[in-house]
Amino acid sequence: MKEYLKRIYAMLIYLFLYAPILILIVFSFNASKSRGVWSGFTLHWYSELLKDRQILSALYNTILIAVLSALIATLIGTAAAIGIHNMKKLKKKVIMNLTYLPVVSPDIVTGLSLMILFVFVKLQLGFLSLLLAHITFNIPYVILSVLPKLKQLDKHLYEAALDLGATPLEAYRKVILPEIMPGVVTGMLLAFTLSLDDFVISFFTTGSGVSTLSITVYSMARRGINPKINAISTILFVTVLLLLIIVNIRMSGNHNKKER
Amino acid sequence: MKSKWLSFPYLVWMLIFIFIPLLLVLYFSLTIRTPDGLVFSFDNFRRFFEPIYLKVFLRSVYLALISTVICLALGYPMAMILAGNNFKRKNVMVFLFVVPMWMNFLLRTYAWMTLLERQGLLNTFLTFLGLPPLNLLYTQEAVVLGMVYNFLPFMVLPIYSVLRKIDRQLIEAAADLGADQMTIFRRVIFPLSLPGVMSGITMVFMPAVTTFVISRLLGGGQFTLIGNLIEQQFLFVGDWHFGSAISMVMMVIILLSMGVLSRYDKEHEGGGLW
Repeated sequence: MKEYLKRIYAMLIYLFLYAPILILIVFSFNASKSRGVWSGFTLHWYSELLKDRQILSALYNTILIAVLSALIATLIGTAAAIGIHNMKKLKKKVIMNLTYLPVVSPDIVTGLSLMILFVFVKLQLGFLSLLLAHITFNIPYVILSVLPKLKQLDKHLYEAALDLGATPLEAYRKVILPEIMPGVVTGMLLAFTLSLDDFVISFFTTGSGVSTLSITVYSMARRGINPKINAISTILFVTVLLLLIIVNIRMSGNHNKKER
Repeated sequence: MKSKWLSFPYLVWMLIFIFIPLLLVLYFSLTIRTPDGLVFSFDNFRRFFEPIYLKVFLRSVYLALISTVICLALGYPMAMILAGNNFKRKNVMVFLFVVPMWMNFLLRTYAWMTLLERQGLLNTFLTFLGLPPLNLLYTQEAVVLGMVYNFLPFMVLPIYSVLRKIDRQLIEAAADLGADQMTIFRRVIFPLSLPGVMSGITMVFMPAVTTFVISRLLGGGQFTLIGNLIEQQFLFVGDWHFGSAISMVMMVIILLSMGVLSRYDKEHEGGGLW
């Protein structure tokens, strides 16, 4: 009897979590514009999306910024993680606390403080400011995914490579990097997903007609309901879900390897 | 390994894009614009305590608190269910719980707009039952619902991870010593899960108190929260000084609550380990 109750409770919570998303997805295929009734299957809203210039340019910006910011953040973050890993304890602690600061501080504060900076140095708000902001909030996540891999590394690996005649650069490229690669790739995927997902920071750091998908969705949703938003939502949800599954499989794959 | 310089680009980056911007916020919050230029002043903070703004502040805290309480009430049992090993596919269940969290919160909030609006699914259902349609969207309740929906996983996951680590033998020992189910929960399980509860509370309360999207989309702009106030000051009113002051107040509240939390964590978890 008690098990039965538990199952029902869990089912209700999952229903609460998933019902809105599922209904959103189902209604993106709804022929009528009215949201209450189902009046037949259509791909009309998806083809509307393809015709909407504003949405297409937002999509282009979103993907370009996600790719660029993930790549640059991975580069800076991985190098930083290696550097931090080799620091003395106290210095490491101070820097790690600083690294956590943007992770814990509210997005709205990160966003507006960056906006103030950009305006202060007279950088025009637009694509570049958006990109810089995304790199900034992505770097800590890359560091936090790479550091654990570095901790697992054998301390003597690097020295052994040097003893065998490798230059420091070779030792990093051919010995250290392949070892920490899983963490680097996870960090990059995480950064990509976070960038794709961000709204608040983008909202404050963009300007002059440069928009991302989430900014477009917000300005459309503010005006009320629009089936086109359902279509974008569906595409975004499926994309993020796929990325998440890939990251998860990668992570559990690494885990299994270690156990063996 | 002599490779400390590798973190140099990162340190410079963070100095420019995290540290200096926060200093600028502090600077703006402590100055006001006068005909003679910027002057140092506490006026912005004083203004924050004027009745209209204080009301916004109290409303934000109030709505965030209600959402946190509801999340705790709904989330604790769910965390217990997830932590119990009665289900075969436990990992899948936990994964399924995390997935909605990764959907953009804007879209999750929008999903509720389509459900709650006048011609939405819920009202269609009510009319179908022969009941009059209700005003569901653009109410305070809708804002709370949006917060609970968006942040419930933040409550469940920390509690789940603490509950999972509780030693089964402790519970068996309590049962052997004659405690009934209720007493075991009250005296053993709940006290041990407190670190998880505390971090759950912070993780729900913080985003709930700073949101401006949920209140805008589900409250229709009628229920101004601190987040909306900040947004207005920066994007519409253009008073960066006052906006910065509000942000500083918010930042301090959040860092303080984080501080309290980490202290609490040390006493309980850390104390046992080291």
